[in-house]
Amino acid sequence: MIDRKYIGHVEPAFEVLVEKGRLKFFAKATGQTDLVYSDDAAAHAAGHPALPVPPTFLFCLEMEAPDPAAIRNLLGMDYRRLLHGEQGFAYERMAYAGDVLRFEQSIEDIYDKKNGALEFVVRKTSVTNQRGESVAQLRTVSVLRNS
Amino acid sequence: MASLNPWACLQVGEAIPELVLPAVTRLNLALYCGASGDHNPIHVDTDFVRTTGLPDVIVHGMLSMAWLGRLLTNWVPQTAIREYNVRFASMTQIGEAITCTGEVTDKFEHAGEQLVRLTLTTVNAEGQVKLSGEAVIALA
Repeated sequence: MIDRKYIGHVEPAFEVLVEKGRLKFFAKATGQTDLVYSDDAAAHAAGHPALPVPPTFLFCLEMEAPDPAAIRNLLGMDYRRLLHGEQGFAYERMAYAGDVLRFEQSIEDIYDKKNGALEFVVRKTSVTNQRGESVAQLRTVSVLRNS
Repeated sequence: MASLNPWACLQVGEAIPELVLPAVTRLNLALYCGASGDHNPIHVDTDFVRTTGLPDVIVHGMLSMAWLGRLLTNWVPQTAIREYNVRFASMTQIGEAITCTGEVTDKFEHAGEQLVRLTLTTVNAEGQVKLSGEAVIALA
C-alpha cells in the first residue's frame, strides 16, 4: 500500500519554456487542422500574441519536469501497473509559445477501493506564467492495480 | 438583442457539432509519442507490449482527450473554456474509428458570465464509450 503520509507532499516547482516547434508538432500529431494552432499569421488574426497552447498540452509540458517519474518513484508505484484514471483542467488564462511556465505539483489525496486492489493518487498541479499570473490548475488521478 | 445571444438560444439537450475521426493508426501513436513527450512504450513498442499481456499497443488516453479538445475549439474559441475534465473509461485500440460528441446539460450564470456545461464522450463505431467527461464553456 502507498504510504498515506505523502498526502499533502509538495514537489519542488520547475519551469518549462513553451517551444513553438513543439506546438506545431502537437497540432500535427492530434490532427488539428485549425491554423490558429500552427500558423503565426492565423494566430495573430484570431487575436493571439503567438501560437496558443492547446487545452491539453499543459499536461505534456508538465511531463518536462526534471524527473518526470519523481512522484511515481517517491510513492513506489510500478508504472506497468499504473493507469491514467482521470484528467482535469481549470483554466484562468491562455498560455502561448515563448512563455515560461512554472509548475508546482502536490499530492492532494491517496485512497483505495476494493480492499486495496486499486489505489488512487490525486495530483494537483498549479501553472503560472512568467508574470506570476495563474494559467491553470491540473488534476490528475492515477490508478495503481495491486492485483 | 437577446435573440442574438448564443447562450440564450442554446437549449439543454442540444448537441454541438460532432468530430468524426479516421481509424487510428500506429503512425498516429508514434507522432503523438514524440509530440506529447509521453514515451511510455505501451503505446508504440509491440515487443514491450507482448510482455504485458495486452494484445497490442493502446492509444494514449491524452490523445483522445486532445481530440475532444478539438471538438471544443471547433465549436468555441479556446478562451471560452473554463473547465475540461475526463475519465478514461476504456482503452482505445489501433484501427478504431472514434467519434467525439458533446451535449449541453446545464445553463447557468457565475461571476458575471453566462455558462453552459457539456457532457463529452468519445465512442468507437460500435458505440462503446472510451472517454467520458464534461466541460464548462463561457458564452457571454
